[in-house]
Amino acid sequence: MDTKFIILAGPVLAILVPFASMVLSGRKEIRNLVTNLILVCSGIFSTVTGLTGLLSPSRTLILPLGLPWLPMHLRLDALGGFFMIVVGLMVVSVGIYSVGYLRNRERELNRTFLDLSMSLFIVGMQGILLADDAYTFMVFWEVMSVSSYFLVIFEHEKEANRKAGFLYLLMAHLGALFILSSFSILYAPGKSFEFEIMRSVQLEPIWASLAFVLAALGFGMKAGIVPLHVWLPEAHPVAPSNASALMSGVMIKVAIFGLLRVVWDLVGLDQAQAWWGGLLLMAGSSSALGGVLLALQQHNLKRLLAYHSVENIGIIFIGLGLAMVFAQFDNPQLAALGLVAALYHTINHALFKGLLFMGAGAILHATHQRNLEHLGGLIHRMPWTTILFLIGCLSISALPPFNGFVSEWLTFQAALMAPELTGSPLSALIPFSAAMLALAGALTATCFTKVFGIVFQGTPRTRSAADAHEVDGWMLTGMALPALLCILLGAFPVWVIPLIEKVPLLLLGTDMGSSTSNGGWLWLTPLSKERASYSPLIVLGTMLLAGVVAFMFYRRGRADRPAPIWSCGHPNLTSSMQYTAASFSQPLRQIFSTIYQPHEEVSRPDHRHPTDSGRVRYSVHVKDLAWVYIYHPIKHFIEWATRKMDWFQNHRIHGHLLLVFLTLIFLLGVLL
Amino acid sequence: MNPWFLNFLEALLLIGIAPLVSTVLKNFKAVLQNRQGPGLLQSYRDLFKMFSKEPVLPHGVSWIFRLAPYTVFAATALACAIVPTILIQAPLSAAADVITLVGLFALARFFTALGAMDTGTAFGGMGASREMTFAALAEPAMLMGVFVLSLTAESTNLSTMMHIMLKGNLGLKPSLAFALTCLILIAIAETGRIPVDNPSTHLELTMVHEAMILEYSGRYLALIEWAKQMKLVLFATLLINLFAPWGIAEEISSNALIISLGTWIVKLLILLLILAILETSMAKMRIFRLPEYLGLAFLVAILGMLTHYILEPPL
Repeated sequence: MDTKFIILAGPVLAILVPFASMVLSGRKEIRNLVTNLILVCSGIFSTVTGLTGLLSPSRTLILPLGLPWLPMHLRLDALGGFFMIVVGLMVVSVGIYSVGYLRNRERELNRTFLDLSMSLFIVGMQGILLADDAYTFMVFWEVMSVSSYFLVIFEHEKEANRKAGFLYLLMAHLGALFILSSFSILYAPGKSFEFEIMRSVQLEPIWASLAFVLAALGFGMKAGIVPLHVWLPEAHPVAPSNASALMSGVMIKVAIFGLLRVVWDLVGLDQAQAWWGGLLLMAGSSSALGGVLLALQQHNLKRLLAYHSVENIGIIFIGLGLAMVFAQFDNPQLAALGLVAALYHTINHALFKGLLFMGAGAILHATHQRNLEHLGGLIHRMPWTTILFLIGCLSISALPPFNGFVSEWLTFQAALMAPELTGSPLSALIPFSAAMLALAGALTATCFTKVFGIVFQGTPRTRSAADAHEVDGWMLTGMALPALLCILLGAFPVWVIPLIEKVPLLLLGTDMGSSTSNGGWLWLTPLSKERASYSPLIVLGTMLLAGVVAFMFYRRGRADRPAPIWSCGHPNLTSSMQYTAASFSQPLRQIFSTIYQPHEEVSRPDHRHPTDSGRVRYSVHVKDLAWVYIYHPIKHFIEWATRKMDWFQNHRIHGHLLLVFLTLIFLLGVLL
Repeated sequence: MNPWFLNFLEALLLIGIAPLVSTVLKNFKAVLQNRQGPGLLQSYRDLFKMFSKEPVLPHGVSWIFRLAPYTVFAATALACAIVPTILIQAPLSAAADVITLVGLFALARFFTALGAMDTGTAFGGMGASREMTFAALAEPAMLMGVFVLSLTAESTNLSTMMHIMLKGNLGLKPSLAFALTCLILIAIAETGRIPVDNPSTHLELTMVHEAMILEYSGRYLALIEWAKQMKLVLFATLLINLFAPWGIAEEISSNALIISLGTWIVKLLILLLILAILETSMAKMRIFRLPEYLGLAFLVAILGMLTHYILEPPL
């Protein structure tokens, strides 16, 4: 096929969306269908583009766009191709989902504006993955950031959303500034924005390290690494749910791509230093633990999911850090294992987080509630959403045989190879990262037991939860696609990993050694059969067997006798007597109280008899330490500095004239 | 004999013997406390009675409540199949290494907790909350504990690990002592024994596991109880075969298998006796002291890892 067609089909289709939206603005129903189906097609083409990039050699394309002396360079290689598949799959799912999610909401939504933002957002992400010069990269990066800002403030009537949007814009541009500085360091030796030349030049070690730190800061800010994550839990939840599925599922992955592109591809691992990997490991460990701990205490479902994105990005960073460390110690096959683990988790997280955000959107659509404490018992009213959401919960909790487990398993296997780094202080850091990963995984399972138990099980806590209805077929199909992929990626890692291995082949010049399936198609053996093996199909088979037996008993066995709930003989249970999300996470709040610094308030009317408690109000607020120790001090410092600058503004004309004069003298001095 | 068939028999043995083991433990405790213990077949009679009874299903529960016991049982039974008991080279142990074993326990726990949350009672929620909280601390500690072993054995495969512990010329490995301490602490916590949880209590302020299964009855309860008994045998077998694998059969011959079975039973009885003494001589811990206990296990495991790196350079 023609290179131009392969590379451009996805983005061009996505650009068409706002035009279609404007042309069809009179016919709401058709417009809704057409715009979203164009997005679906764009997603399908992106997936095909990505597969082509993975399976065939790199191809480049130069378009006569952009600056006069710098045409737009595009390149499709294995790295971009892999992330293109991630983007494509999620755009397909979200496109199908949006048909149902946005239907009949014309009155409350400014539809053309939403279509425009969405289309630019997707084009921006696709463009970043294809960019082959720094200028194109930054242009598409900004397109992605700004269009997603408009998605964040889409419901701009609410002040909280505008505030979240401002914070997001601020952090996004600070991040972009770091990335730009990193590119300018890479620009200096070759005097060219083209990636091809940036790849070939050698940097001084100090400049290479600076480029790495700037890139890590810039992309880490977008990815939501602790402590640069503060915008993420504010911004992701307030966007429309279909957009937040893309933001949390895909956009932060594009930041991972950027880091890989700049540090691994452009700077090159041959110029890397040992502490780079260590830094990524530490950042990853702190994000994995910090993200999940804060997620546990959230009561807003979408905010909780956003904090889990911080956690999962941390897990991906641990994989990347391991890979960098191994590459530094001349062990490219282990580096490939770490990279494959990170990339596997990247696609897994895109799928289950997209699924869970769409599920949260379905719940919002059906009940108009985001607060966990106002939900309950949805399993009886939204049976299909429940099953799909449960698959997402099992996947994110890293339980076998689902996909989250495969990538965490691979990460553990890479971490357990740490003794290969004999005599390095890093080999003591790696077990620590593994411990944080284990802790984060177990806490995630706790968190999603809470989410699923409180939202779907028990009895409805409010009227709106009791009146919930199942969402339509479009939304269910949109969620079913990632759910199915979660199961497939969990069951067939032996067939998926050879595809992912093309990326380390490009970046490291080696794959994991043909060892993934040397024990046969049933066994996943990343290193050797004696070292470790895992057969998801056997686990899956056992679970299916259990399900079938349960179903047979259900159909043929003796009918179960229905009876009132026993509850140790306590009669007249009401829905308010159930455990709440706050009470579920109370033990952990107590255990980790140094991290949470919870602020609890209990108020009760004091004129009553002590045994008659009456109505007691309990509220608890948990702090994000990044705000307390980093952002508030910075904010106070800036406020302090601006106050100190006030004396320039002494509101007298003489003073101002004097300042103008002094500036003039100074500038003349500089010129002469 | 075909190793696959033998593996299957091994799994059946573990699953079948589990109720007996818990009765033996009860009897040991009874002797130590000057009581008359139950008959050795009591657990089987209980299970039979529960299986043949009509289950009572609380109003308003969903399919998850019914599915959960089967999932719990299947996950635990699969764990029985992958832990080598009599024969060191169990072919199914390649299906799941120690990380997956921990994952299977997590899966079982996840569904037990969901089954508890399904009824919407305060007890179910409380049990689920406590169980998941303590699991969130116990699970990483267990992983770290087995990782210390994995680092020495350079494998996470259970058969290989046992083989190295049996054959390997290990020399002085202080990290293994840390791993053993950690795994004993975790085994007590995971099987819900004193001082972590009291399996024979229904006192609402202290119970963890029992609170989650309050609403279950009939075959559902039988499956969960049986799975819990299997878990006790599983952890005992893990401890025995990882730290004292002497006598385990290395090839398939009737002599080796009989010796292996005999030594396994003797070691199991010794371990049960120790557990019975511990349970008799200790009181249950306050529930909010538990994080310290589990944190200790976690720390011990991390210390073990550091010991491995610092004191045990690769040969």
